[in-house]
Amino acid sequence: MSDLLVIKGGRVVDATGTRDADVLVEGGHVTKIGTGLRGDRVLDASGAIVAPGLVDLHVHLREPGGEEAETIESGARAAALGGFTAIVAMPNTEPPQDDPAVVSSVLAKGATSLCDVHVAGAITIGRAGEALAPMGEMYALGVRIFTDDGACVASAGVMRAALEYSRSLPGAVIAQHAEDETLATGHMNEGEWSSRLGIPGRPAAAEELIVARDCLLAELTGTPVHFLHLSTAGSIDLVRGAKARGVRVTAEAAPHHFTLTDAACQSFDPLFKVNPPLRTAADVAAVKAGLADGTIDAIATDHAPHPTEAKERTFEEAPPGMLGVETALALAMTELVEPGVMALEEALARLSWGPAAIAGLTDHGGPIAVGAVANLCVIDPSLEWTVDATKLASRATNTPYDGRRLTGRVRHTILRGEAVVTDGEARR
Amino acid sequence: MRHLLSIDDLGRAGIDEVCDLAESFLQVTQREIPKVPALRGKTVASVFYEDSTRTRLSFETAAKRLSADTMTFSVSTSSVKKGESLRDTVQTIEAMGVDAMVVRHPSAGAPHRVSMWVDAAVVNAGDGRHEHPTQALLDVFTIRRHRGRELDGARVAIVGDVRRSRVARSGAKALAALGAHVTLVGPPTMLPESLDGWPATSVCDLDAVLGDLDVIYLLRIQHERRDAMHFPSLREYTTRYGLTIERAARLAPDTLVMHPGPMNRGVEIAPEVAEGPASVITEQVANGVAIRMAVLYSILGSGTLMSGAGGSGSLGTGAVVV
Repeated sequence: MSDLLVIKGGRVVDATGTRDADVLVEGGHVTKIGTGLRGDRVLDASGAIVAPGLVDLHVHLREPGGEEAETIESGARAAALGGFTAIVAMPNTEPPQDDPAVVSSVLAKGATSLCDVHVAGAITIGRAGEALAPMGEMYALGVRIFTDDGACVASAGVMRAALEYSRSLPGAVIAQHAEDETLATGHMNEGEWSSRLGIPGRPAAAEELIVARDCLLAELTGTPVHFLHLSTAGSIDLVRGAKARGVRVTAEAAPHHFTLTDAACQSFDPLFKVNPPLRTAADVAAVKAGLADGTIDAIATDHAPHPTEAKERTFEEAPPGMLGVETALALAMTELVEPGVMALEEALARLSWGPAAIAGLTDHGGPIAVGAVANLCVIDPSLEWTVDATKLASRATNTPYDGRRLTGRVRHTILRGEAVVTDGEARR
Repeated sequence: MRHLLSIDDLGRAGIDEVCDLAESFLQVTQREIPKVPALRGKTVASVFYEDSTRTRLSFETAAKRLSADTMTFSVSTSSVKKGESLRDTVQTIEAMGVDAMVVRHPSAGAPHRVSMWVDAAVVNAGDGRHEHPTQALLDVFTIRRHRGRELDGARVAIVGDVRRSRVARSGAKALAALGAHVTLVGPPTMLPESLDGWPATSVCDLDAVLGDLDVIYLLRIQHERRDAMHFPSLREYTTRYGLTIERAARLAPDTLVMHPGPMNRGVEIAPEVAEGPASVITEQVANGVAIRMAVLYSILGSGTLMSGAGGSGSLGTGAVVV
């Protein structure tokens, strides 16, 4: 890695601002920023944005246990193609990431993949919502995000205990999948479309109840809570209010929750089934507003691969979840930046340095400065392309965006100085 | 009509057409040899993911009376969950050579999904809480036979667990398409969360609407769902929403009493009322065969029929003779 790599002719954007500059990378670090830089190898960035690598707080890599849908290697490859240099793997594997042995094995496999793989540890053993998992032992391996994602920590008492215990683990954050399972018994948003389609619903209140409760628990314990995949206007209002009171909460939203509505379910196609469910147009507008005003700190994909046959069932029988990492940036550009919901810099904040701060990843999210670890992505902001489910790097094909025309694509991704993606192709 | 997935596929004209056709087929079913060669050489497969002997028999009888070959694929949901996908299953069945699939499934939209995967015509025989269009057709057909062709202004109450009922959704759509006023009646836990997509009004008090009805339509109470907190007890349900002898006495003399079956006698309907003069419940079953003949014929028929056994009558377009 002692080759001099120069990223030439781009516009550098990070939390500190925007400037036109070449970036020189050597030995895995940024060594020079300026104009007219030369290197052994040139990555063309003309007409492109050079940004800190993107960070996804929420991916399901399915390994161990679900390798027919995705592996750590294939999921990380897909993420690198989507501009991500770091991803956080959710614990609902089989066996679950609720103990140091499973965490170590995932970290080991991730170490050789095309982006940094971080692990979210389970809050409770077996993600069953009862006994606390060995959070300290997982923390010692580098785990900073704890969640039972896929399941909500239903008991307020257990949630309080997890929050209190996490205070002994500096930088750790408890992340909640906010859905009350006694209310969210159906398969899509409860509303006009569930009523028309006869598909049992999951009301917005199921999410908002837990968001409201956990804002109170964050306040009670003085400990941060991160809300995964917020999807309703009410949830976002609750988080906005809590933040205004000084409560330590952060939140993420998924691209499908600012792109799609529950009307998509009228096809009865489970490609559109996800938890929390696709909501109404008013909720989509609220997610966009929450991203724009910073109530929502991060865009996280909830990348959830499923084998084809699992989605070739009825809406009610198919598992929830959709692919996300290869389309997230383009959806942010197409749905948020292009229509003027937010500036490019703000969208990158939600995709890179915002989530990096939540996960405590100092090597990611910039700023792009001399001495920094070279985790970067180069983005063509105006390149139009059409999503082709069969050409995605994931093992699974369950994207709801097949055939959709999007604007903005990753040209190069640089992981610790290595150009792992160049000209939109993975290099190893 | 390529498939029958929802009452929405038909509209008023389509419902009228199927009912007119059924009128002719009803005559066929009353003949000594109740059979016509209309669908000879065609194969109709019943694909049932949910137990329903009545609906399956009704469809298979209809197919046989049209001289179609029939095959049955029935399976418990639990075994399917472990095995092949719905797509694999229906494509396997189609590979055996079928022209139409009659699909019953516990999940909404299953027939829609199937229609995307097979070339055969698909008839929805009940999907989850969504629709049961042939039940709705036989119900409006039955009402028409008593009231005449026009249902404009007819007042119909559908009573019971409307929220979880495909019969109620299809029924309300078909009745409303024909101009009837539909009132959904039940405790709030059994009424739809919202009336979006329901061309109807709703009330919680059965006694308030009882005296002012042309049809009272009782839904079956699902015993097995009682633990799901929708109502306190069967006794309380009967007290508040059952068509008891006392309530039946307050109906107008010509109010029709209907039920899709199978009935819980003594729960949603008193046995004496089910067998009383106002009840057309047995007729509904007989009409079901004629309606399903009409639906299968509309979907699979060539439109040029040979003269069948034992007489002739005009059908649908008038060009068809059975």
